[in-house]
Order: sequence, then structure tokens, then C-alpha cells
Amino acid sequence: MNTAPARRVDRPPATTVPFDVDSVRADFPILARTVHGKPLAFLDSGASAQKPRQVIDAIARCYEAEYANIHRGVYELSAKATEAYEGARARVQRFVNARSASEIVFTKGATEAINLVATSWGGTFLKEGDEVVLSVLEHHANIVPWQLLRERTGIVLKVVPVDDSGAFRLDDYEALVGPRTRLVALTHVSNVLGTVLPVTEIVRIAHAHGARVLLDGAQGIVHRSVDVQAMDVDFYCFSGHKLYGPGGIGVLYGKEALLAAMPPYQGGGDMIERVTFERTTFAPPPARFEAGTPPIAAAVGLHAALDYLATLDATAVAAHEHDLLAYATERLRAHNDVRLYGTASEKAAIVSFTMDGVHPHDVGTILDRAGVAVRVGHHCAQPLMDRFGIAGTVRASFGLYNTREDVDRLIGGLDEVREIFG
Amino acid sequence: MSELRELYQEVILDHGKSPRNFGRPEAVTGESHGHNPLCGDTVTIYITVADGVVADIGFEGRGCAISMASASMMTEMLRGKSLDEVQTMFTQFHALVAPSEPACEADFEAPDLDKLIVLAGVREFPMRVKCATLPWHTMKAALDGGSEEVTTE
Repeated sequence: MNTAPARRVDRPPATTVPFDVDSVRADFPILARTVHGKPLAFLDSGASAQKPRQVIDAIARCYEAEYANIHRGVYELSAKATEAYEGARARVQRFVNARSASEIVFTKGATEAINLVATSWGGTFLKEGDEVVLSVLEHHANIVPWQLLRERTGIVLKVVPVDDSGAFRLDDYEALVGPRTRLVALTHVSNVLGTVLPVTEIVRIAHAHGARVLLDGAQGIVHRSVDVQAMDVDFYCFSGHKLYGPGGIGVLYGKEALLAAMPPYQGGGDMIERVTFERTTFAPPPARFEAGTPPIAAAVGLHAALDYLATLDATAVAAHEHDLLAYATERLRAHNDVRLYGTASEKAAIVSFTMDGVHPHDVGTILDRAGVAVRVGHHCAQPLMDRFGIAGTVRASFGLYNTREDVDRLIGGLDEVREIFG
Repeated sequence: MSELRELYQEVILDHGKSPRNFGRPEAVTGESHGHNPLCGDTVTIYITVADGVVADIGFEGRGCAISMASASMMTEMLRGKSLDEVQTMFTQFHALVAPSEPACEADFEAPDLDKLIVLAGVREFPMRVKCATLPWHTMKAALDGGSEEVTTE
């Protein structure tokens, strides 16, 4: 496994300190609690990450001192709230290195971002017979919106396979992309297997055929450095809650010219220029895609999460996560009754496995009683489960705050599973 | 550990590993497919009713130890029962495993459910109650001749 590339931090703040997992853990209040009388070993950050005190405080401060609706009133509080909301947008722009803040659309999450692109861009520019390329790794959120679009427009979906290690088959991908391909919509990092996709080659091949590229970055943004200009992706989306930020907010990055050509996704306040009963003209992006009152405090919380990440040494964080992945892989491999899924050479800190003779749900229940929180089941990726001929897996996904001790707790919990299931 | 032992009793593990009445009986009068979309578990119940009595019952599917054991034990319990008895057992079984109906515990007449009582441990695991009840809902649908898939959601 290669060491994860460092997260790019533009303008590293003066407060950057060497990575110290104990001090990071102290920032996450929930990690101090117990579950079933045991200390919490939280290994489900891939589903949703825990929040640092800095994020929780920023949200509380927003509601306590600076909250009002945005883009409305002339009064001080509304001006402050507008500033905070637009400030969050500018912070996201710097985080992903977009050219302009107007390329950053706030959504409910990655799921809504993909639906927005499918409905607005896909619904406008894709016609019957046009092809959209997905992979077998996709989360349902990057499958179902395209199926809905297929029902409306008659587009054709093509699916790139993976090899037995869970690696993306680049040669098959290259063969699938053709003159009818209009969009390549792929996950950046698999939420089940941790596989990191070869973005540079994917984008190069797609663009050579005149196709656009959308990356589902729900996991990718957490575990890899993202520079949308360097990647040259057309759309990139992610959720705030997996990135140590609050729930209810996500991001769609889209190249300016693409967003400018897209019709609104929903209608309402804040997205218009001028409304009459005969005709309405729409605001330019990003406002065009943000109908209604947005989650203002969640945007503030996301801003705080990105600021928090910027205080950490990105290279050290990547090395820490890589160490956890390598350690967990090694410890799981030591057991003959454990089967690992996802052993690609390029992977993020996510391990999926099954135990012989024990259903993942039973493993999950027993681990829970040991204070170990893992996700079990199909992980919203049923086609991938079918690919490997399994109903589900046990998944441990690691975050900033996890330790080798958490891995030991997981391994110890598996011993309890063996004890019960004999 | 004690609640876990209560949940995963030997008899449950045994039925989970070696389910009884697994497969499709010959003359089936009703069948239904059940699915838990949250975990992907599936179960198909086949039932043969003759003269108002469950003459034969079998199942197929895949899932966790709890759902497989629940299906297996249910098929053992229901064979030979009248449809009225089946309805009573259905109600009693829900009272046994569903924590939302704790009042039923006191009134619960254990003899009717016989060895199904080992599944009572599920009550302490709210996330797993549906694993135990899916086969029963699917069985009901099979009796009612429903062609729609049963889901836990």
C-alpha cells in the first residue's frame, strides 16, 4: 500500500502542530463516552464522522450570537449571517482549490449534489442513447439518480468492473468510453473497499472523448487531497458530515461554464432575479441552485471543520491513517476465518471483511456490546456485494481520532464472536 | 456478555447453522418473499394449507443467525396448527420480541409459544427485532396469498 498523498493545505496556519492523536481525541467530546459500559471504539467514520468541539462551538456561537436569515434583511444580524454563509463558501473554495467561490454550490449532501447534476445537467444535455459510465464500486447515491434519468430520457448506463482485489479496471474503462459517452460518474474512493480510483487517467480518457467527469467525493474528500483544478474534474461533490462537519450540508463543485448553462434544480426564494406571474429570471450560480433558506449554521460548522483540519499536519494525518489501515489489515489477515474484501494497492483507511459461518449482522451486534461501533450490511452498494457474491460485510472505517488500540478492540471483539458462535 | 448469551442461545445458533424445513415443499398453496432492505436479508416462505390446517411449511433465504433461526423455528412450530392458532401465535410472537409492547410480557402465555421463547432475548436488541419478525410477516403474507414482497420498512 502506498502512503496517502498529503492533504493540500493552502496557507498553512501558524498554529500547525505535529500530529498527536491524544490531543485530537480530546477535541472530540463524544469519544469520552461509554457504550454498554465500555469505552467507545468508533470505527464507522465512513458512515458519518464525529465532530470536534470546534465545530460544535461554532454552531452554538452562530445560533447564540450571529443568526438570522441571509441575503434578506438590511439589519446587522442578517448581514453577519450572510457574511458567515458566504465566508463558508469561500473557505470550501480554498479547500478544494476551485477557481471561484461561485463554483461552490451548497446542497444537503453528496446525494443531493449528484441528483442536482443528474436532473439539471443530465436532464438538459443528455438524450436517448447517450452513455453514462459508472463503476461497480458506486454507492447507491451514484447509481439511482442515473437510473431515474434513464427512465426519463433513455440514456444508457455502462458499468466498469473491478478485479478481485477491488481495483478499478482501467483497461475495461478505457474500452467502455466511446463516442456516445457524455458523462463519467465515478466514486473517488470506494466506501466499502477503500479503493482509490486513478483520477488522472480517468479524467484524461473521458476528456479525450469529449465526456464530462463527475466524482462522488463523499469518501475521497476525507482521505485524499482534492484539488479540483489539478484533477480537472467537471463536477465534484461531498458531504460535510463525513468530513467532521455537521449533517445537512454538502457541496457540489462545478466548473463555472457548466453551472452557468444549467437550469435551476428547484424553484423558490433566493434563486431568482425577477419574478412575475408571466416570467421569472434566475440568479446566476451558485444562488440559482440554492432555492430556499439554506442551512446557515451548518455552513458555519463546515467552515469550522475545514479550519480545524487545517490546524493539523496533513502529512502526519495521512501517515497516521495509513498506519491504522496497515495495522488493521495485518491483524485481520492473521485469522483464517476472516476474509478481507478490498486489497487494492491504492486504498484509503477502510477495511471490509466477513467471518466464516457468521453473518455480518451478528458480528456487528456482538462488537457493539464490546463498545466497538462498525457498520455491517451492504453499505448502500448492493451491486458491489453481488460482484463478490456476498450479502454484506463488516466495515471498519478510520478517522483522525482512531488508534491502534481501537483496532485491538475490534480484533478482541472478533474473539468474542468466535466464543459465542463456537 | 449475558445479554449476548441470552440472544445467541445454543438452540438459536443450532437452528441458524442447520435450519429445519429449508427448501420448497411439494404442494404449495401459498408463498411469499420477504426482504429487509436495510441489511439485504431475504426469506421466502412456502406454505401448504389443507382443511384449515398448516399441512406443510418450508423456507429458503439467507440472513443472520437470528432471522434464519426464527424462520426455522417458526416452520417447526406452525406445522399442524390451525389458521386460528397461527394467528394467535403471530400476535404472541410479536408481543414476545417487540419492545414497543412491554405490557404484553406480563400477560404472555409462554406455553403456546413453547420453545420460541428462546427468541425473547431479541427484545434487548431493538436493532435486531426485525430480523426475528421478518419470517413471521412473510408467512402471514404467504397465507393471505399476497404477491407483493414483504419488507421490514
